[in-house]
Amino acid sequence: MKTAARLVSLVSLVGTILPPVLFFTGYMDLDATKRWMLIATIAWFAATPVWMDR
Amino acid sequence: MADDTKTRQVEPVDEYEREPVPKRALLGFSSFVGQYAGEHTAGTELMIGPLFIASGVSAVGVVGGLFVGNLLAVLSWMFLTAPIAVRARMTLYYQLEKICGRKLVTAYNLANGVMFCFLAGAMVTVNATAAGVWFHIAMPGLNDLYPNSVGWVIAVLVMGVLITIVAAYGYKVVARIANIAAPWMVLVFIAYGIVGARQLGITSVGEFWPKAQELIWTGGAPLAGRAKFTFWHVMFFAWFCNMAMHIGMADLSVFRYARKSWYAVGTAAGMYLGHFIAWLAASILYAQQLRATPGNTDVLPGPLAYNATGIAGLICVIVAGWTTANPTIYRAGLAFQAIAPSSSRYRVTLLTGALATLAGLFPAIAMKLLDFVALYGLVLMPMGAVVFVDFWMAERLGFRSRYAEAAGISVNWAAGLAWVVTLAGCLAVVSMGGLQIYFVGLPGWFAAATLYIVLSRLLQRKEVRL
Repeated sequence: MKTAARLVSLVSLVGTILPPVLFFTGYMDLDATKRWMLIATIAWFAATPVWMDR
Repeated sequence: MADDTKTRQVEPVDEYEREPVPKRALLGFSSFVGQYAGEHTAGTELMIGPLFIASGVSAVGVVGGLFVGNLLAVLSWMFLTAPIAVRARMTLYYQLEKICGRKLVTAYNLANGVMFCFLAGAMVTVNATAAGVWFHIAMPGLNDLYPNSVGWVIAVLVMGVLITIVAAYGYKVVARIANIAAPWMVLVFIAYGIVGARQLGITSVGEFWPKAQELIWTGGAPLAGRAKFTFWHVMFFAWFCNMAMHIGMADLSVFRYARKSWYAVGTAAGMYLGHFIAWLAASILYAQQLRATPGNTDVLPGPLAYNATGIAGLICVIVAGWTTANPTIYRAGLAFQAIAPSSSRYRVTLLTGALATLAGLFPAIAMKLLDFVALYGLVLMPMGAVVFVDFWMAERLGFRSRYAEAAGISVNWAAGLAWVVTLAGCLAVVSMGGLQIYFVGLPGWFAAATLYIVLSRLLQRKEVRL
């Protein structure tokens, strides 16, 4: 469970920073960037409390 | 019994307040990296970055000034604060009590508590700008001193009350959220800069520096009502914005837990993530706002973040503001509680939060954050000079260290006068236009140290000195 949560956290961190990078390089529009960042944010706060500081 | 349990649940751990930290309680290097990285990526960083642009700084001035200033801040923690902390292993307050006496420490606590309240007020203001985006509230402009709409007042009151209640009852929950949010928050701050840069028309890393000089930090005239900033302003601001913590010695309380004094190099995580990357990123967002809507000089973290990264950005503003306002209100409460030890801690925290909320209603504090932060450091800096001299030089210069404890007095006038005279002198120099507030801290430190040495030699009773 914790391993899975750690993996989700890692993916959500990538999901937080990758969309802005893709927007910067012209591969993603701003609306999609904002949407993916929100999804990554929700995933981070759902998964990280499972394994961090417990 | 129920009350007792409740009290233990709502209060963070405060250990070894009146004794040196024992070996078994010492912490490793990574604890300090994490703490400083989290604490210095705060909501107020989104105010500071734009204010550099409002002050007309150049690209070389801001990047060079931040690099050198942050380096000097890290070195101050490493070579001024931490060596004393790992030798004495006591809180600043306990050391000051031994040097200055109980009554003088009470005055220091009062000053400290008031400054913390205003700082927390600025954080409440930042959070209210995020609420303002959601509810389409008319928000204050760059030069507004007073609340400018009923909606703004309601937004600040709601945010302030929520933060205060949580600071009083749920400190540990917010401390945990702060830990959890820290890595994500750093990335969102970086995202602000990346998105803002693209919105400005920068399409490759190679384009960044020339376009930064042309579009972001142009080095032109400052906005109305702002002082012109140069490399030196930025450098001294970056160095001294945490002056209370390093030169002022407040972080003796933190580094007393460090196994080695070099662990203070971990402060670089906070300085270069929060006070370099986050400030530059926030600057970029503001430059984009000025370009997209010329004439819109408002420095409002909520709209700035929302325009770049949407709801995730707004959540980041709220989390960053909340997780730093929470310990700030708590620390202010501790400072006030030291004045009246019999009062309930959670009641003091509620009152402190009410004061911070009241301060947050007035946008002047947030809009003049650069000046306020400089003042905050200046107020607490002289006592840091007193601690430094007392610890390293007292015996060599022929006077007694920890004089108040040795003499059994409640006010060490040498320390008290060194504090008040230095502060009054610095403020007089600033108000007469001799130097801007960012530059008086350094000569002020030497003035406070010299005054403490001379006055201690003059005022200490010989029988105690020997």
